[in-house]
Amino acid sequence: MTGGDPGDTFPRLLLQHAAVRGNRPAVREKDLGIWQTWTWSEEAAEVRAMACGLAAQGFKRGMNLAIIGDNRPRLYWAFAAAQALGGVPVPLYQDAVAQEMVFVLENAEIEFAIVEDQEQVDKLLETVERTPQLQHIYYDDPRGLRNYPHDRLLALDRLLEIGREFDRANPGFYEQSVAAGQPDDIAVMLYTSGTTGKPKGVCQTHASLLAAARGGRDFDKLVPEDEVLSYLPMAWVGDNLFSYAQALAAGFTINCPESGDTVMIDLREIGPTYYFAPPRVFENLLTQVMIRMEDASKLKQALFHYFMGVARRVGADILDRKPGIGAGDRLLYALGNFMVYGPLRNVLGMSRVRVAYTAGAAIGPDLFRFYRSIGINLKQLYGATETCAYVCLQPDGQIKLDTVGLPAPGVEVKIADNGEVLVRSAAMLKGYYKRPDATAESIDPDGYFRTGDAGFFDADGHLKIIDRAKDVGKLAGGAVYAPNYIENKLKFFQYIKEAVVFGNARDMVCAFINIDLGAVGNWAERRGLAYSGYTDLAAKPEVYELIKTCVEQVNVELAADPMVADSQVHRFLILHKELDPDDDELTRTRKVRRGFVEEKYKVLIDALYAGRASQYIETMVKFEDGRTGKVGADVRICDAKYLPAAPARKAA
Amino acid sequence: MAIAARKSGDVILELSNISLSFGGVKALTDISFDVREHEIRAIIGPNGAGKSSMLNVINGVYRPQQGAIRFHGEVRTDMNTHDAARYGIARTFQNIALFKGMSVLDNIMTGRNLMMKATFIEQAIYFGRARREEMEHRRRVEQIIDFLEIQHIRKTPVGRLPYGLQKRVELARALAAEPKMLLLDEPMAGMNVEEKQDMCRFVLDTNDQFGTTIVLIEHDMGVVMDISDRVVVLDYGKKIGDGTPEEIRANPAVISAYLGTVH
Repeated sequence: MTGGDPGDTFPRLLLQHAAVRGNRPAVREKDLGIWQTWTWSEEAAEVRAMACGLAAQGFKRGMNLAIIGDNRPRLYWAFAAAQALGGVPVPLYQDAVAQEMVFVLENAEIEFAIVEDQEQVDKLLETVERTPQLQHIYYDDPRGLRNYPHDRLLALDRLLEIGREFDRANPGFYEQSVAAGQPDDIAVMLYTSGTTGKPKGVCQTHASLLAAARGGRDFDKLVPEDEVLSYLPMAWVGDNLFSYAQALAAGFTINCPESGDTVMIDLREIGPTYYFAPPRVFENLLTQVMIRMEDASKLKQALFHYFMGVARRVGADILDRKPGIGAGDRLLYALGNFMVYGPLRNVLGMSRVRVAYTAGAAIGPDLFRFYRSIGINLKQLYGATETCAYVCLQPDGQIKLDTVGLPAPGVEVKIADNGEVLVRSAAMLKGYYKRPDATAESIDPDGYFRTGDAGFFDADGHLKIIDRAKDVGKLAGGAVYAPNYIENKLKFFQYIKEAVVFGNARDMVCAFINIDLGAVGNWAERRGLAYSGYTDLAAKPEVYELIKTCVEQVNVELAADPMVADSQVHRFLILHKELDPDDDELTRTRKVRRGFVEEKYKVLIDALYAGRASQYIETMVKFEDGRTGKVGADVRICDAKYLPAAPARKAA
Repeated sequence: MAIAARKSGDVILELSNISLSFGGVKALTDISFDVREHEIRAIIGPNGAGKSSMLNVINGVYRPQQGAIRFHGEVRTDMNTHDAARYGIARTFQNIALFKGMSVLDNIMTGRNLMMKATFIEQAIYFGRARREEMEHRRRVEQIIDFLEIQHIRKTPVGRLPYGLQKRVELARALAAEPKMLLLDEPMAGMNVEEKQDMCRFVLDTNDQFGTTIVLIEHDMGVVMDISDRVVVLDYGKKIGDGTPEEIRANPAVISAYLGTVH
């Protein structure tokens, strides 16, 4: 045992928590309308039973255990159970369709799987011919599975019983098994979403995950009294870090929502102190607030807008404890806090939030400022699956809108000659599973991991990310073209849900737009504009006008910066369908698969650059039940006004 | 779906020679069929065939002029709605009949009304028996909420919900009465494909998990043929077919009623 932190593997940490704070809540789950609590010692006992059960069924050191489902306590325990046996948990995205799962199941040679419910069982059974090695499937929720006559299936409850019997018959087995674990063993395997090519299994060790977890814990002073809501996909590195690794490193409580649809309600009931969400969640929250505000009485609206003005002016500075704020403003802010910001934080479920993080995509400056100005300590971080989501963090009081903060303690960051961000730290992958070629490619001889992101350090040493390194290109005229940068600017408008721009090696930039059905739908309702669905709404001339004003505003912003002035959007169209991971247009983490989209909608791109006013297109769509259908539409193309580039002020 | 063949039990409801007329209009003429325990029994037919009237006869809203209803072996010609509910027959309506201003939870709770034993005074002061009872009822209601996956709208007033969800709440309320027999009047009308699929799953799960006998009226032939064990076909108040989905599909009288005949 080294340093001040005994417990160098997760199962050992769990035993330690059970001994030190056995009666404190470790995990809660809302079930039948009531929050059920398990203490650390109860959790340790359940994990022990599950591990023994798996061992009794033939799970051995070095095997991989698939875990599929929403955030459920028993699925988190499955992580610890597999690790206790020296196995490797492999969480899969629960909303992936069966065909997508096959690759991982084959690649990781999965023989054992612990899944949530009938839905996941159905998916695994659907592909049974292609995954003959998958012989043991355990399900948490027995509903609907009573009549499944399948010899590979077993209820998780039954597995736990088997485990307890095995434990009684083999005293000391569990202790020996936990003691045999080494910090350098692989603790978890996370498959990258794969914007390009097949997913790769990223192997993280106990030591690397704990380095990231403890680094983050000390950085933000997380304590056992903290509470988090665990609602993000378990297959995502962020959830693994925040809900599993950090919970065990700091000993705080995780809370599992009742269902995916109740997250907002559960958030308010729990009132987490430590919160993590991708920007789109913060954006949805704000959109909901704004929509409700528009329905409020005139007096309330006036109050809201007045005090939001005050907050915009001084709120963020007060949160950062910056000097130089007048007594009058402080008083106004205090009044606003009482009348508007406090109740608003409560509605958002963030009354108790001490530290909130966002990452995964760029967050709009207005959005970011909004949360900070009403007193929520929202910060940005930067990381990747390969670095345990731990590279850069924004320290309290040093928040900038457009950077991701300083390198985290213990992390070395440098910029390669081509602008790519390179990272070296203890929290780094051991390698890609069965892909030594990919491992060698991504880690340079000095031990730096190539993130694939392009960025630079600003004057204060904060890292600024501009785009994926491979996406950065040049326009035909030679100007730098960073598509993500433009897309993010577009997506910062609440009416635009997704944008894909084109321009590499072309003479102008054009864009595909996906409107946000909620926000634009509400906007349309307010104007008495009738529509029947997404396709209909997207084609309305009024909506085109609305989006046009957004695009032109972006052009004004772009024109002001000589670096990107040539990237103004000249023409755009609103897609007739929403980009969807089921149609392979987005990854499961909802990043655009640029190449795929480019190919699929080639007709539309051609029409954009050929100067046509509209184009007919027919596309295949996959429904949730796996059937396919066709959507056809005449897509209109609209020209946007653009400004001449501002004269370069100073050579950079 | 890997659902094993359900076992239908004995006949629990037998309708013999039912005739119902409103003034000169003959809604039902001499109809006989039976319902077995644990089965899903569909009633189909073109508009105005008398399907809803049939359901209304079963649960006592209408009293037929002729014929006998035998439920669990006892003849009940003059059953009223209250009796029907006590015998364990619950239903949903073609036009949703919920309390629009009340929350989903409260609406479902009303389904438990018959089972509440505490007196009005006890309930008013909410003490002792009333309190214990309420906790038990709430537990049962929560199980149904969980079963039908409507946790997220538990506290939402019903009037604010979309149509498909209201239908689900209505099913929840019917289930709250822990019925032996459930009458569903067009549970999938006006739903999109996905909502229909959900509803089918809930109907099958109800039948499977609680062993509830289900009599349903439905227009969507795909749904009917998929989920029901036996189908009875009405046309102009007369029974023109009765049997398994395969038999019905092959029945010439049914085909001509639905597709028309060559003249």
